[in-house]
Amino acid sequence: MALNHDFVGRTHKPTEIYEVSREKIRDYALATGDTHPAYLDPEAAKELGYPDVIAPPSFAVMLFFRFGGWPLYDPEFGKKKEPVCVHRAQRTTHRRPIQPGDRLVQTTTVDDMRVLGEHEQWTMTHTIDTVDGEHVCTVVNTILSRGTAAPGEG
Amino acid sequence: MAARVRYDEVGVGTEIPSREFTVKRVDLLRFCGACSDYTMTHWNERVAKAVGLPDVIAHGTFTIAEAVRVVTDWVGDPGALVEYSVRRFSHPVVVPDDDEGARLDVRGRIEKKLDDNQVVVRLSASSGGREVMSGARAVVRLA
Repeated sequence: MALNHDFVGRTHKPTEIYEVSREKIRDYALATGDTHPAYLDPEAAKELGYPDVIAPPSFAVMLFFRFGGWPLYDPEFGKKKEPVCVHRAQRTTHRRPIQPGDRLVQTTTVDDMRVLGEHEQWTMTHTIDTVDGEHVCTVVNTILSRGTAAPGEG
Repeated sequence: MAARVRYDEVGVGTEIPSREFTVKRVDLLRFCGACSDYTMTHWNERVAKAVGLPDVIAHGTFTIAEAVRVVTDWVGDPGALVEYSVRRFSHPVVVPDDDEGARLDVRGRIEKKLDDNQVVVRLSASSGGREVMSGARAVVRLA
């Protein structure tokens, strides 16, 4: 095993605050090619019943790398630059849309690590709350580390 | 929230409008910047081929985000989306360095009706003749 399976059950301390802005939502939406007016135009969003624009559903996923990608770059975790990892599975659950002015913090827990033939994979849950403790979204990511399992494992 | 599709107007098996997306290298570059994910397989052909991929590939995160658009555009209110998931990114979306880019064909069909006006949409997406996601679903709250 190249990865440190002792990370199962470990939780990273809550991240610093990510302050959501209209401009970042706009940039993110345009980067995905999704120009739904609810992301870009506060008046259109109000017609749908929101106080301001809302973020696309996948916006929450972006926070993983913005917050440093733990445990990817934790030296103790054992992930090396190569081989590269690939995304295997994902689930994103929203309690409400992310909105401008939200001050978000993310807490990440490694739920599971396993050997799959020559590969390893781990699953982590990112809990995204406002700094005041309101739960907004949960993202679960499973990442496959290609070819890092020792021969004969799994 | 203001979904424009009514819960009692749909049933299990109802198809939602399908859609075809074009994914070019520049789209991946934009997405790298927008989400701070600069994994080299998403923009560097040399690295992608060195790790055994046919060419640069799209982010799984990008692929599912595009697929979910068929649901949010259908209901009209992206905030009505409760959950989306993919059990496995089964095949990469390979994006060549040309003017055409890759095609991503997305289809959706209602698989289940839940309480509270929610439905489960089963999503399928193919590129280059292969399914790129298995077990992809979205849960959305209808009017």
